[in-house]
Amino acid sequence: MAGAPQSTANASRNGHRRGVDGAPPSGRDDPMADGDVRAPGASGEGNLLSRAVRAVAGQVQQRVPPADLDERDPDYIRETLPRMWLLASLYFRGEVRGLGNIPDTGPVLMVGNHSGGNLTPDTTVFSLAFNAYFGVERPFHQLAHNLVLSMPGLGFLRKYGTVAASPANAQTALRSGAAVLVYPGGDREVHRPSWQSGRVDFGRRKGYVRLALEEDVPIVPVVAIGGQETALFLSQGEWLAKLLMLDRLFRLKVLPISIAAPWGLNVGDMLGHIPLPSKIVIEVLPPIRLREEFGDDPDVDEIHAHVTRLMQETLDALAAERRLPVIG
Amino acid sequence: MRVGAAIEIAAPAEAIWAFVDDPSRYLHFMSGITRWEVVGDTPSGLGARYRVLMHVGSAEIGGLVEVVEYDTCCDMAWVSVVGIDQRGRWRLRERRGNGAGPASAPVTRVELRLSYGVAGSGVFGWLAEHVAARTVRGHLRRSLQQLKRQVEHEQLRSAAAARRAARVA
Repeated sequence: MAGAPQSTANASRNGHRRGVDGAPPSGRDDPMADGDVRAPGASGEGNLLSRAVRAVAGQVQQRVPPADLDERDPDYIRETLPRMWLLASLYFRGEVRGLGNIPDTGPVLMVGNHSGGNLTPDTTVFSLAFNAYFGVERPFHQLAHNLVLSMPGLGFLRKYGTVAASPANAQTALRSGAAVLVYPGGDREVHRPSWQSGRVDFGRRKGYVRLALEEDVPIVPVVAIGGQETALFLSQGEWLAKLLMLDRLFRLKVLPISIAAPWGLNVGDMLGHIPLPSKIVIEVLPPIRLREEFGDDPDVDEIHAHVTRLMQETLDALAAERRLPVIG
Repeated sequence: MRVGAAIEIAAPAEAIWAFVDDPSRYLHFMSGITRWEVVGDTPSGLGARYRVLMHVGSAEIGGLVEVVEYDTCCDMAWVSVVGIDQRGRWRLRERRGNGAGPASAPVTRVELRLSYGVAGSGVFGWLAEHVAARTVRGHLRRSLQQLKRQVEHEQLRSAAAARRAARVA
């Protein structure tokens, strides 16, 4: 990470450009989020509830560790590769195809579909494959929800290069020459119902396209299947998240409802669950060099449609290969 | 963890060495190997570096290796520079077959050894090494069988060509 421009990250702690009043960041700050701009001060100044919400949000923000790319620890990753290999090979029977499509050097933005609830086995399987293939020496960062990074006991994720999802962090990582993995679908896609397992759902989130254009890096789509079969996901619970104001408090747009071991009915998936040993198959697609393929002044919507179409077609093909849920 | 495999090939050591000393042939006879690329200006010999990956379980595992021992037609050993810890060795020992006629043709015993692990990975590392051993050993065995088939086929082809040339002469 030598030479990584840290100033951007430090200037905007975790990339959350706070308002002067310390209000929680808007959805625009999330590289995966786009267009879900909330009405500022919807509950009005002086409203007791609004102040309480801000206070709690502030407390949560403080728990989010500052983004420091230097926290990625190649030695730690190397030493833990065997246990990741055991988990990925024996439990999830992971299969990663097309790693050779990722450019051998230089910054690259890998865009994945997200599955598996709060425990995302596809990320584990892909991280193992990436680190084994390119070596732990190649900088590799994953963007994760703030709440994941602020959870007690999950600090070790930062050693794997996980940083809070924000444009500033993604820019800093890409400018340092790292490979960056983002999941534009985020918490919404990761908790989609199990019967929508074969569906790429980024919603209106196109920030990743703008990021790739700004940094002039190729986009490499990463398509995974199997994660959504590690539990029976019933609903994203967006209405419940809104009702409990979790979207304002924790940037949580969903409060998923699932049936998962060992809880049975699992609301929120805050404590995680024991995933079923579903076979995870991941396919890495060839890089998309945006200006080469879409011209000097490319259209964000057109690129977004192209990327999601490619990913959906690949996911359809992977789904067609699958004979049985979980078993693969 | 150390695994190995051996095989006898009905060919002189030079003929086999031509295969094991040529990095461009590795993808053709090495089982499970997805990359064996020359890194740097030295394609073979002492100090040659290769990027090597072997498909084991859910990952392609390997790294950058460097040849540290190079004794033509006898031994070649390499160690890892980056990636998982590994040490590999080709060991070729030629002997004459017993008896007269074709039985006296040279036979070479070929051994392929591979030691691997990840220092500091603890009990999980030990477990992973043992779980992976079966797959790695299988790759080594199949590699030697494919090497034998290709070398002996090449020998037969050369002998036939020589016979044809003699007839024409």
